[in-house]
Amino acid sequence: MSAANDKSTAPRLHIENVYKRYGGRTVLDNIDLSVTKGELCIVVGPSGCGKSTLLRIVVGQEQASAGDVMIDGEPVALPDASRGIVYQKYSLYPHLTALENVLLGKMLEYPFYRRRSAVEAHRDEAMELLKRARIAEHADKYPNELSGGMQQRVAIAQTLIKRPRIVLMDEPFGALDAGVREDMQVLLLELWEAYGMTVFFVTHDLEEAVYLGTRVLVLSQYYTDDRGPAAGPARGAKIVADHALPRRAMPTVAKSAPEFTELVMQIRHEGFDPAYLRHVRDFNLEHPDAFQTLTPEEDGRATRPDSSAPSPTGSASLAPFPSGSDSSTPSPPGRNASSPSPPGRDPSPPSPPGRGLG
Amino acid sequence: MRLPGFFGVHASPSPRMRWVLALAPFVLLVAVYLTASHFRLEDNPDDKILPSVGQMVDAVDRLAFTRDERSGEFVMLHDTLSSLQRLAIGIGLSAVVGLLLGMNMALFPGMGITLIAMVTFISIIPPLAILPIIFISFGVDELAKVMLIFLGTFPLITRDIYGSVKAMPQEQLTKALTLGARELQLVYRVVLPQVMPRLIETVRLSLGGGWLFLIAAEAIASIDGLGYRIFLVRRYLAMDVIIPYVLWITFLGFFMDWSLRQILQRRYRWYRS
Repeated sequence: MSAANDKSTAPRLHIENVYKRYGGRTVLDNIDLSVTKGELCIVVGPSGCGKSTLLRIVVGQEQASAGDVMIDGEPVALPDASRGIVYQKYSLYPHLTALENVLLGKMLEYPFYRRRSAVEAHRDEAMELLKRARIAEHADKYPNELSGGMQQRVAIAQTLIKRPRIVLMDEPFGALDAGVREDMQVLLLELWEAYGMTVFFVTHDLEEAVYLGTRVLVLSQYYTDDRGPAAGPARGAKIVADHALPRRAMPTVAKSAPEFTELVMQIRHEGFDPAYLRHVRDFNLEHPDAFQTLTPEEDGRATRPDSSAPSPTGSASLAPFPSGSDSSTPSPPGRNASSPSPPGRDPSPPSPPGRGLG
Repeated sequence: MRLPGFFGVHASPSPRMRWVLALAPFVLLVAVYLTASHFRLEDNPDDKILPSVGQMVDAVDRLAFTRDERSGEFVMLHDTLSSLQRLAIGIGLSAVVGLLLGMNMALFPGMGITLIAMVTFISIIPPLAILPIIFISFGVDELAKVMLIFLGTFPLITRDIYGSVKAMPQEQLTKALTLGARELQLVYRVVLPQVMPRLIETVRLSLGGGWLFLIAAEAIASIDGLGYRIFLVRRYLAMDVIIPYVLWITFLGFFMDWSLRQILQRRYRWYRS
């Protein structure tokens, strides 16, 4: 099968032409995104732009109105063990102790009458994870006896025991005090390195994003395209910028570095400024994995993409724009329109989004 | 600053004061009864409406500690066991059916949409209004009494479990699926253990209704039971039997409630209602 052949080369997470509409309102508007294994990919964006919706679509809690979500080249829809998730809260089950919460993923592999042997077989593994998360001394406490930061440590361990192919995190540290949050960020980087995790992390905190990420995606509804003003209010968020970040050796000092603050400022400008509208053709998609499939309506100058044209997966079909460049250099027509679909998939764009409010 | 012992919103009674205050209404009630009883019996020693403590003790001694001449049984013990058996079967059935229905209805939308309107409809029918239908359909034996208790309590238990499972954050269900749970595991291994304390809580509240339906069923068609005895001796105005029986029922109800609360506190340390 072609899907099996894809597996080795297919990106860990591949999202193409994904739309999400609620009634007449479009929240996510033709999202294209590819994440390579081992990446710590952060999504930022103004509140209400749909970052959490995107994450819920990836995990399968919500379904996309159109488009595909693929893990290792295989389409996924409903939640399963291929994708782990850590929420801001409610990740832990109140009736289980910390250790039992971590064990749960393994226990569910056994019939209920073999509980005891399941615990015996996996107790050490669970304790090791709790140790790694530096919470082992509270293994026998219930979640309501743990502080917010401790709960999140357990929640990460709970997710890791299933060795998911990608770990999704929805503002996991958003409810924590500043000091605790920093500890948790350091912990996440440690675990990410130790376990070779692929992480897809949603946050509204730009410092957190630039500090943690090897890649920062900016999701925003502030942009223009050739659909005209009619699509205005119904226009949903797109990925307007895609930054590749070097992994720093000394993460703790990086926050004061000038290039750090500069990038934070730049992202704030790109994604959070309602007055700064960049055209879809001119998004700052500098990351090598970035790609864009624009519909003819969005890019009026583009010809309809040739759906049979194959292009290698994960390669940049889009020359990276110079970082921070505000000039809207016109790009050749149709350049953005080709799509690096995995072979065997029809990359033809879906019907244009509803313009119900127009 | 010293807070007042009794008056005002800042009142903070001492531990001893709390006992005194809590017992005061009971003492008052007993005192009023004894006084009224004393004057009525002084007026007419054959009065049956407000028997003295001595008369009640005699009645209890006769019913609880002496074998009945005809049946050779301890009447009060026999009545208690009959009633408790009916209540236990009725409420137990309600709890099991309510738990399974409520949980599955809340987790499987197809089942929920199919059944929730029906369950709501049944829960609004006053069970005592269909008592004749129940006696006609299920006969006048044990089954009818158990069915009355069951029909009277299961819709509320179902709706309560349904509501509390519905109120569980969607995140928890998604999370379980990402940990590899299959749908049935989600129901019986993730959700079920979490709603157990809630079930105990709603069974506690349903016991009140359960007693009501039990007494009603026994009053109308029965040959034994606590409600049967009360309504039997009512014909002879035997308040010396009725009052101890009512106190006994109250004690049984209190004891059940207390036991369930103990289970909640001991077995479900994580649960805060």
